[in-house]
Amino acid sequence: MALSDISRFVLLRQYGNMRPIFPVVDSKRPVIKHQPFSVIVGQELLQAQALSCIRQDRVLFEQLSFTVRAGDILQVAGKNGAGKSSLLRLLAGLSAPDEGTLHYRSQPLSDVVDDYAANLCFIGHQSGIHEQLTALENLAFWRAAAGVPQPDDYALLAQLGLAGLEDIPCNMLSAGQQRRVSLARLWFTSCQVWILDEPFTALDQSAIAMLQQYFLQHLNRGGAIVLTTHQNLTLQYNSLTTLELAYRW
Amino acid sequence: MVALATFLQRELRLLARQKADWLNPVLFFVIVLSLFPLGIGPEPNLLRIIAPGVIWIAALLSVLLAAERLFKDDYRNGVLEQLVATRQALWPFVFAKLISNWLSTGLPLVLLSPLVALLLNVDSASFLAMLLTLLLGTPLLSLLSVLGAALTVSADKGGILLALLILPLYIPLLIFASAAMEAAAMALPYYGQLAIMLAMLLVALALVPFAVNSALKINVS
Repeated sequence: MALSDISRFVLLRQYGNMRPIFPVVDSKRPVIKHQPFSVIVGQELLQAQALSCIRQDRVLFEQLSFTVRAGDILQVAGKNGAGKSSLLRLLAGLSAPDEGTLHYRSQPLSDVVDDYAANLCFIGHQSGIHEQLTALENLAFWRAAAGVPQPDDYALLAQLGLAGLEDIPCNMLSAGQQRRVSLARLWFTSCQVWILDEPFTALDQSAIAMLQQYFLQHLNRGGAIVLTTHQNLTLQYNSLTTLELAYRW
Repeated sequence: MVALATFLQRELRLLARQKADWLNPVLFFVIVLSLFPLGIGPEPNLLRIIAPGVIWIAALLSVLLAAERLFKDDYRNGVLEQLVATRQALWPFVFAKLISNWLSTGLPLVLLSPLVALLLNVDSASFLAMLLTLLLGTPLLSLLSVLGAALTVSADKGGILLALLILPLYIPLLIFASAAMEAAAMALPYYGQLAIMLAMLLVALALVPFAVNSALKINVS
């Protein structure tokens, strides 16, 4: 099913007695233009060497080494509490590893942390969506944070199956719809590295398929993705690496 | 600058949608001050004498009431964490919080000052001093309460911790502001007190954003 079909399907649905004003969406026009980032094929973007992480006196993982190159997708798997989110937060520069080093483009992360942050899109465990704000207002916030100018957010939300829900506070949306609003950021970000904590949570099958398809586009552009998920990726990625974290006592 | 404008717009929208967050402290201010004449008795001279201290204590407590929830929502729903990951975008966010906090807690106190002056029998000379001290003092109160809120954002029940952290920092302001009003009531010059308040405000304005920035980073990591 094409994306425009999904949005048309949603347009037909009724949402209680709310009468949203539908924007005119030209489905033939490519809606989102990507600002290209410089890509060197196979360039090492993130390099982890002998990482260790200790939380509450428990060693989550130690001596963890891996490399993420341009075009790579790294799936971090493992049981609940195995340290997936902690690893992602390390990679996002939010906390420092207890041991080991992280390199970004072959330079120590601490030296180039601003460059790295400017090239990183991190969507964490929580959605990053304020419930009292509408989808449009939430998008405007993240757009401003990313420094991306304002194109047509109505079209973007329609593409994500949220047509007609643009002006409703997000606490009136379902969990999956909130997740879509949160992930909409990926459609306008110009960052090369995406770090996503459980992006498929609460999404329905069609949205998961759409997102995986979009991941493929990003990888083909030379982007890199690190994500955690409990679901198997249904799409075949050539550059997929799976990192299985064992639960340790 | 674009980010600051957008973030400020967001904060103001949130204020418009969560009116209780800022109306309650303002109402608290008015109610406390209207109870004083009732409790102490309609003795105009006595009211005039206690007015400076009472007004400023009520202002401090009302600003403190508004402080706790400043970053709570953004912490809980992950906005803060993801903003810290972007690094640059945290600055405009902090300034937007500061400005919106003053607009919602400081400015109403300044606007309500004529009513308060009426309730506590403040004469016209002291009223001018009260207006000036509120204008200079409330931005400082906002700066300090944003700092306190940033430091305690990850604490579950941060309210009492916030009060313990921030009230001592309010005390110099309380002393100089009420001293300025007392001097005005005795028809003495009070520029000295105002100048010190301005100095405190400028120092806080220069340093507090850095502290808030660091405090937020520490709290999400």
